[in-house]
Amino acid sequence: MDTSKDAYWRANVKLMLGLLSIWFAVSFGCGILLFDYLNQFKFFGWKLGFWFSQQGAIYFFVLLIFVYVWQMNRIDRLFGVEEE
Amino acid sequence: MSVQVLTYIFVILTFGLYIGIAIWSRSTSTNEFYVAGGHVHPLANGAATAADWMSAASFLSMAGIIAFEGADGARYLMGWTGGYVLLALCLAPYLRKFAKFTVPDFIGDRYYSRRARLVAVICVIFISFTYIAGQMRGVGIVFSRFLEVDINVGVIIGMAIVFFYAVLGGMKGITYTQVAQYCVLIFAYLVPAVFISIMLTDNPLPMLGFGSTMSDGSGVFLLDKLDGLTSDLGMTAFTEGSKSTIDMFFITAALMAGTAGLPHVIVRFFTVPRVRDARISAGYALIFIALLYTTAPAVAAFARINIIQNIDGIAYSDAPAWFGKWEDSGLLAWMDKNGDGKIQYRGGSALSPTKPVFSASEGPSGERQLLNEATSSANELYIDRDIIVLAHPEIAKLPNWVVALVAAGGLAAALSTAAGLLLVISSAISHDLLKMSFRPEISEQQELRIARISAAVAIAIAGIFGIYPPGFVAEVVAFAFGLAAASFFPVIFLGIFSTRMNREGAIAGMMTGLIFTFSYIVYFKFIDPASNHTENWWFGISPEGIGALGMVLNFAVSSLVSKFTPAPPQEIQDLVQSIRIPRKD
Repeated sequence: MDTSKDAYWRANVKLMLGLLSIWFAVSFGCGILLFDYLNQFKFFGWKLGFWFSQQGAIYFFVLLIFVYVWQMNRIDRLFGVEEE
Repeated sequence: MSVQVLTYIFVILTFGLYIGIAIWSRSTSTNEFYVAGGHVHPLANGAATAADWMSAASFLSMAGIIAFEGADGARYLMGWTGGYVLLALCLAPYLRKFAKFTVPDFIGDRYYSRRARLVAVICVIFISFTYIAGQMRGVGIVFSRFLEVDINVGVIIGMAIVFFYAVLGGMKGITYTQVAQYCVLIFAYLVPAVFISIMLTDNPLPMLGFGSTMSDGSGVFLLDKLDGLTSDLGMTAFTEGSKSTIDMFFITAALMAGTAGLPHVIVRFFTVPRVRDARISAGYALIFIALLYTTAPAVAAFARINIIQNIDGIAYSDAPAWFGKWEDSGLLAWMDKNGDGKIQYRGGSALSPTKPVFSASEGPSGERQLLNEATSSANELYIDRDIIVLAHPEIAKLPNWVVALVAAGGLAAALSTAAGLLLVISSAISHDLLKMSFRPEISEQQELRIARISAAVAIAIAGIFGIYPPGFVAEVVAFAFGLAAASFFPVIFLGIFSTRMNREGAIAGMMTGLIFTFSYIVYFKFIDPASNHTENWWFGISPEGIGALGMVLNFAVSSLVSKFTPAPPQEIQDLVQSIRIPRKD
């Protein structure tokens, strides 16, 4: 495989864009743009849109950062650029 | 023991702890003073970042705002946490690899320009002072209400404490006191929330409690009950918003990008040893922050229910003791519009102008007489949003030690943020303004002394803000985030992700974003506040959210200008390549 610095950077940007699209979807998507639509569904005691905007989005944010850390450490090793 | 005695005990204990840590972790070099020597453990940095970030606004004000705004309050919840995803994925690891001391350092070096560095220094100082003014108000509220000392004395005590550990300890001292302050503030926030959650829903976890059924055996979900109560009293139902979707979108975006661009947060990622530590410590920081941010909306819903159930319809003469005490502080007021001696809490604002103006005399029921006009609304109650978190334990009749604990937590939140901001101001002056721009010949010892002096001067100025609070504090908070979003976030992002971005593009973009955002806010907040309504806003975007549009303009202008001007020198392009690779070359 291509282990050049360019290939490393492309893998990094691809991961970042993937995670940022989830970031956008859960906050701006479910929490704001689809807020009224999702509110017709009930999620335990919450309306679904309300839950995303006041709870769900935050849980996803935490998850996204940890997935990023885990995947980046893997990519670093794969391309041999990890720190000693 | 009384609340006041317990508050004194908690405040003295926690302040003693902060001072002890400051003595133990004194800084002796500029490297330690600016970035704690660069060897803070990522977990400690996560906790310190959380305390640095969560200010009096997060601790004291946010749940109160959500309690009254309901669904609209989500812009703060998402905006102030979502920014950490941007920070972790787009900025923190690369700035750590860059390995310098300040945000203007990065902008000055990456764009090989003293002018760009100076623009950045001005923004850093402006943003940080705006922010500090709010912290000092928080310190003043806590001291005057719970210790019943003069606000000025309270502010001076707070200044003395911050002076001690920021000036002596620098970043090293601040980091370890912030870890302690995080523990104090999160404990103080969660304990009353857990108590109240159990009382209202039988669920000990507040973040689940507010999605549960009421504990009164009715089987009704708490939020459905709250929607019913608010609608019945002629207010907007709690889970429905009144802001437009486009405004919510832009405000949330401005808060997110602003969070990621705030210098006192960014600089925390210079303090960890490695790039991978910067990544993981952003994750730890967000977990620590999320603990408070997922609890806050629950506290908000609980507080709204408790206020309606415990206050509405009560005769003023039977009102609990805390009611009169908050009235004395001027943050709560009651006007008996229908003359029945009972407190009516309804939709709409009770007073005109909105904030209470008291006369010296007492009304027929013994309340503080108001000089305001009555509005046409039947609402008789004015509650300042900043008091909700502090008053809620008393409203819910929790034990005195919980009330005192919350006061200590509020002080921890305000002081930890103030210290982080002071450090950023002092390093902007001693490092960026003197050492790197105008007086490069000074020695490290001189630079360190100047850093300490500028921290001391900054504390004095912050104290003056606290003693003579400028009336416009609330109005200018939008500035801090708007300007950070419109200036720092795009230039730092492009500085990492585009090798082609050059000095001309960055300066043009930064100036466009700044001037645009600044003018829009100044126009609607200061020049013509009467026209500050949806129909006059561009695309329906309020001044609070305009920073997001400023950011888009910044991206557009800088990309365009850099296309038609020379590429950056080879060594700058090499610098960009090197910060993208974690391993040292």
